[in-house]
Amino acid sequence: MMVRMTGAEAIIECLRREGVEVIFGLPGGVLLPLYDALYSSDLRHILVRHEQAAAHAADGYARATGRVGVCLATSGPGATNLVTGIATAYMDSVPIVAMTGQVNTGLIGKDAFQEADITGITMPITKHNYLIKRSKDIPRVFREAFYIARTGRPGPVLIDLPRDVTVDELEFDYPEINLPGYNPTTKVHQLQIRRAAEALMAAERPVIYAGGGVRYANAHEELFQLATRLNAPVTTTLMGLGCFPTDHPLSLGMLGMHGTKYANLAVQEADVLLAVGARFDDRVTGKIASFAPKARIIHIDVDPAEIGKNVRVDIPVVGDAKIALTELLKHVQQKPWGEWNEKILMWKKEYPLRYTRDENVIKPQFVVEKICELCPDAIIVTEVGQNQMWAAQFFKHRDPRKFITSGGLGTMGYGFPAAIGAKIGRPECEVIDIAGDGSFQMNIQELATAVVNDIPVKIAILNNGVLGMVRQWQTLFFGKRYSHTTLGDVPDFVKVAEAYGALGLRATKPSEVEDVLKEGLASDKPTVMDFIVHRDEKVSPMVPAGASLSEILELDS
Amino acid sequence: MKHTIAVIVENKPGVLTRISGLFSRRGFNIESLSVGATDNPAYSRMTISVEGDDVVLEQVVKQLSKLINVIRVSRLDPEESVERELAIIKVSANKDTRSEIMQIVSVFRARIIDVSPRSLIIEVTGDEKKVDALQQMLRQFGIKEMARTGKVSMVRGSKVVQAGP
Ligand SMILES: Cc1ncc(C[n+]2csc(CCOP(=O)(O)OP(=O)(O)O)c2C)c(N)n1
Ligand SMILES: [Mg+2]
Repeated sequence: MMVRMTGAEAIIECLRREGVEVIFGLPGGVLLPLYDALYSSDLRHILVRHEQAAAHAADGYARATGRVGVCLATSGPGATNLVTGIATAYMDSVPIVAMTGQVNTGLIGKDAFQEADITGITMPITKHNYLIKRSKDIPRVFREAFYIARTGRPGPVLIDLPRDVTVDELEFDYPEINLPGYNPTTKVHQLQIRRAAEALMAAERPVIYAGGGVRYANAHEELFQLATRLNAPVTTTLMGLGCFPTDHPLSLGMLGMHGTKYANLAVQEADVLLAVGARFDDRVTGKIASFAPKARIIHIDVDPAEIGKNVRVDIPVVGDAKIALTELLKHVQQKPWGEWNEKILMWKKEYPLRYTRDENVIKPQFVVEKICELCPDAIIVTEVGQNQMWAAQFFKHRDPRKFITSGGLGTMGYGFPAAIGAKIGRPECEVIDIAGDGSFQMNIQELATAVVNDIPVKIAILNNGVLGMVRQWQTLFFGKRYSHTTLGDVPDFVKVAEAYGALGLRATKPSEVEDVLKEGLASDKPTVMDFIVHRDEKVSPMVPAGASLSEILELDS
Repeated sequence: MKHTIAVIVENKPGVLTRISGLFSRRGFNIESLSVGATDNPAYSRMTISVEGDDVVLEQVVKQLSKLINVIRVSRLDPEESVERELAIIKVSANKDTRSEIMQIVSVFRARIIDVSPRSLIIEVTGDEKKVDALQQMLRQFGIKEMARTGKVSMVRGSKVVQAGP
């Protein structure tokens, strides 16, 4: 039997059926009917202080749990405030459903108060989007939106909800999915699998290059089996960190611009490169013409459009990474530890990730190492800049869902709200945002959200007083002309934390680092830990933008 | 190189924007695009003429296929397809030139669809080359206005590009 209800009630019913447990949002005029329906539902709603944070929190929740994150913003400025968060999720293939209020259908196109064409604006940064014009379409659209967001190559879907659509009544019916134009590939082509297996078996210098797709497909165990069976070294992208334990002898750590020297050397020497769920981004490949010059390339990806987009691929395999790796495993046998492995061990010994220790000045790398030592199982979220690279390099990543960072878009201000989302999704885990002072200030207002809702995330600011990553480029490539990259020592982050009712702690000397971390990690409140570091510390090694992966600079601080 | 692709899409608002937006965002060049409903009013068919090498074409096809409202994308091999374009051309004409124009029109198997003391409107269908050639011939009389549809194309024989299997 069908039940009659308002559009707003239908939306709540759809969210319930999709298993949504939390929404991040902020209301406004056109959303009043929907917020009124929320008021009498048992859906959890987290009121943010800026809609950008709602999108990032939904994204952090999705990355930490593997479920679809949901955010909600009002029409016009509320909707446009979501844009950066949606673009961030799009670039990193994160499943979120963003709902936006819209003016009444009769006012659309009239430049009504707080009208913005959000479906037009977000067309290039969503997997798909909808403007609902009749309330009876609500159930179908919501069902499709969640399905599209989480299947195939995941991604954000936006639903624009005119006010009258949320008020009008409908007979609720949750129809089966019928999307003739959407058939995500999952099954793999057996012939290609056999070709890939043959190439890997014949390889003398194989390298596996794993990206975020491994994490989304939950394929890290299959990846581990394949690597150990082939004794093939594994390097991951920033998005793939955690998919292969970085302390394993076969691990090469991260590759690319700030990857390890040995990962980059290995890729340049490889005779077969197996890319899994990775997209040959320019930060990974450096100069594309000289990337992996000796290798036959096998590319496994769920998105056919990724294959051949940036590099020529010798053996394409379209399909889900878990299925493809499982199939591959049926066709490969144990290979011995060999000369290639020894060569890599030698490189690892010769060119380790390193930094100069100091007794008087806190080294940011040291802070990350200490966090790893004290809290190895934490979910690490990062901001963007040097802090992000140090977190990538010096934390020992072992769990695919425990490293959360804005890779594709590189969004400063992402980390803190994403950490809030991750903590809500995984309350049993310690969640630490490794932050830069610049990035943290882009969404610092969310301290209120964390305090009011009692979400005890921890923020470790690697406070260098500068837009450090940009300054590093100015040092190296612009003759130390520090144009507009100095932030100074404002604000006092400890006082800011206290003003919001959070705990604020500071370390200015290396000897204080451990105590501050211990106290911060023991606290059951949102906590800001301010680590004062030197502004000229650099991220090393570095392949300059546009250079070949073999041109690796080792930088001193 | 020029390629022709046929795209079957759901007949819904915003679909054309999604497609043209995709082309501009990814830097693909559209030479011409024409759209119209198919026999099934739920779907439209677009014929898109694209400029680019094979790598570009492959990306165009794959990226278009990713759009949820796109049902099918097919490359049309020019050797195996028929192509047609329609143009209507308004040319200056007076009693001295009118008969010469009419001769040209008949050589091209085009038609005159409007006559006035100072101008004629000519309708022509054919492949791109034929329309270009007629246009070229009419220029000497003064083309006042012209509207071309962009081409539509279809594979010869029994092979079909349609929404269903
Ligand atoms: C929203 C946004 N604006 C600008 C940039 C460009 N950018 C990249 S890193 C960086 C500096 C970040 O400073 P901070 O957060 O203090 O990190 P640090 O590099 O100092 O660790 C800037 C400005 C960006 N990535 N995102
Ligand atoms: Mg900084």
